[in-house]
Amino acid sequence: MNISNVSKVFLVLSLSTSYAAMAAEGDVSDSDRIAQYREMIADGNPAEFDEMAGEELWKTPAGPKKATLEKCNLGKGPGVVKGAYAALPRYFKDTRKVQDLESRLLTCMTTLQGIPEEQITAKPFSSDQKKSDISSLATYVVGQSKGIKMAVSLKHPKEKEAYEIGQRIFYYRAGPYDFACSTCHATSDVRIRMQDLPNFNVQKDAQAAYTSWPAYRVSQGLTRSFQWRLNDCFRQQRFPEPKFASEATIALTMFLAVNANGAEYAGPGLKR
Amino acid sequence: MGNPMKIRAAVKEGVTEVKVLMQHNMETGLRKGADGNLIPAWFITEVKAQYQGRTVLEAQFGQSVSKNPYLLFRFKGGAAGEKVSISWVDNTGDSRTDEVAITA
Repeated sequence: MNISNVSKVFLVLSLSTSYAAMAAEGDVSDSDRIAQYREMIADGNPAEFDEMAGEELWKTPAGPKKATLEKCNLGKGPGVVKGAYAALPRYFKDTRKVQDLESRLLTCMTTLQGIPEEQITAKPFSSDQKKSDISSLATYVVGQSKGIKMAVSLKHPKEKEAYEIGQRIFYYRAGPYDFACSTCHATSDVRIRMQDLPNFNVQKDAQAAYTSWPAYRVSQGLTRSFQWRLNDCFRQQRFPEPKFASEATIALTMFLAVNANGAEYAGPGLKR
Repeated sequence: MGNPMKIRAAVKEGVTEVKVLMQHNMETGLRKGADGNLIPAWFITEVKAQYQGRTVLEAQFGQSVSKNPYLLFRFKGGAAGEKVSISWVDNTGDSRTDEVAITA
């Protein structure tokens, strides 16, 4: 065996080891890595800061009436926050409407605190410059349902109606791209950029998706509410921007929430 | 004065594990705002962890550390009920100290 043969053997060996290394790398999918990353920082979810801010807002008198939100009825009685989110959206007798968390908070802020609705809905989402109060409040309330099973009712006819409208919106194709929510969210194993998209026809997917929102978005450095999630989905479909806490968004939330029934609420979550 | 941190400290088999989540914008000074002007640098420069008055960790942070930094470290010793305190100083001279009792 001469020298060149020896070096060839080495070359083959080193190639095969690097192929093996590549194969092992390939076994770990991007979504696994994201899951790993989430696990690593699960104890350090900055959404907790938003929960703290929301709790402070909940208990601090505000608005022309100088009232706190401690009498706000989220469906479990005045001031009861524990587990409220796991049963929302629901029908409320006083407003005679099905309301999701944010529209209900809007009702409380306008009636109890006397803050004009336009003032709240003008800029309902957080930005780099300014955090949104209603978003922080929502983060606080959802945190109080952590570990509680989702149990959204469909008993009231209005609740059933909202569910059916939500379902229609989910499958409704329109806009310049002829898009529907279902275009991306009714097939398994599809993704946007690096992110696997949940298939809402699969119960496990639907539950995992719904129970991890609202969430802190690492790429944006902000906690995002469910209304924001839907708003951004519509934007990505090139639909007209839905009005904050509008009936359409509540109906769609109802559809998604009912599909998540039975799963433990796990938010506020953490997203890339 | 900065915003409060979230600190968890738990002792297991003679080793205390501390998890700290700091609330800070950590602006690099290289990013432009909506008005097109640079957002001034604003980041934590020093972090210090103390246990019973003894420094167990000292760190220098810079622009490359993310917003709302998360820090996890372990040190030998510690007993339930004893205090761990974390402090940071940022480049504007602002500082923050928070304390937590170790849990078993």
